[in-house]
Amino acid sequence: MKEIILIAIAAVFVENFVLSKFLGICPFLGVSKKTSTAVGMGGAIIFVITISSAVTWFIYEFLLKPNELTYLKTIVFILVIAALVQLVETVMKKFMPPLYRALGIYLPLITTNCAVLGSALLVVEREYSLLNAVVFGFSSAVGFTLALVLFSGVRERIETNDIPMAFQGLPITLVAAALVSVAFFGFQGLFGI
Amino acid sequence: MAKSSKKPFSVLTNGIMKENPVLKLVLGTCPSLAITTMAKNGIGMGIAATFVLLGSNIVISLIRKIVPDKVRIPVFITVIAGFTTIVDMLLHAYLPDIYKELGIYIPLIVVNCIIFARAEMFASKNSVGMSILDALGMGAGFTIALLIIGSIREILGAGTWMGIPVTKNLFDPAIIMILPPGGFLAFGFVVAAIQKFSVLNVKNKEISSGCGMNCAGCAAANNGGDN
Repeated sequence: MKEIILIAIAAVFVENFVLSKFLGICPFLGVSKKTSTAVGMGGAIIFVITISSAVTWFIYEFLLKPNELTYLKTIVFILVIAALVQLVETVMKKFMPPLYRALGIYLPLITTNCAVLGSALLVVEREYSLLNAVVFGFSSAVGFTLALVLFSGVRERIETNDIPMAFQGLPITLVAAALVSVAFFGFQGLFGI
Repeated sequence: MAKSSKKPFSVLTNGIMKENPVLKLVLGTCPSLAITTMAKNGIGMGIAATFVLLGSNIVISLIRKIVPDKVRIPVFITVIAGFTTIVDMLLHAYLPDIYKELGIYIPLIVVNCIIFARAEMFASKNSVGMSILDALGMGAGFTIALLIIGSIREILGAGTWMGIPVTKNLFDPAIIMILPPGGFLAFGFVVAAIQKFSVLNVKNKEISSGCGMNCAGCAAANNGGDN
């Protein structure tokens, strides 16, 4: 139990996907302009990463490992994730229309998101058990959402400010991201992680 | 097909200056921030990505007339993933030091928007020769951008460049520059410098306000093809 809690806390705060591992920077910069879109994207990411962690774990343990095909993991994972996103989209559209309306438009953006593939690869690298893998995937995605939502608040404030010409647009966003990242850096060493 | 009338030289230099993938188009930001703690890693990542880009551009350009439009996205992804696996294995075998430093960011080349964007925008519409030049130009642009960010972070954060001490008596290195926040900061200032430069000189085409449009566009195009 203790191990699971530590994995969860580490994934949300200490090893935050966006702010300390630089996974999923594109959606972080792209959809963090408004808090509502940030929440929608975060929800979609949580949904997909949690499922993909379990699915890729099964594929790796029962398909790739016994057949000594582990070197094919990149190809297999990316295709599985692409197929999974399509499947999630179709199932959601059919059975959970309200959820689909909320998260649907973000789903297509997730296939090429390095956070999803990154979490699958990290699970393999760290040799997690199935439960640990799912907890890790879920908490990483929660950490991603937390960073996205916090940062969207910062960006909404930036919009109304007077910014030097050279820094308008992307540069000021990156500088602000650096400051948020400094804040998360304070979690380093929390509970000895 | 307006692009095919371009001159070979301009195709080559396009990726380095005018459409630098990292600094102008803001694609491939994840590796640009994650592995640029040292200039050496920047070069390693740049060359690895260039190899994948070159391979995928050649193959995709060769098969562009055979692959039906509807299945092109899965085909492109498989080709890119194949070359990424080759690079992964080559680095593992011959350059274990770099392999260890770059870690999971090598397999993550497969989701690097630059490679997919070039496959979709260039290689699937142009001849093999042009695609090779485009891959080399874009790869060089990516490598140069990583080298610039990596050099700034290494000099300010560790006081060395390519492992050689350079600022020994000048100032104490600010460790924050080689930590995650320094990545955002260095990237932000480099883009700001370029923005300043291009505003002063030629009225270049406007720099997009973040990679949202490009990446989202590339991912959306990705999905659109699947349906």
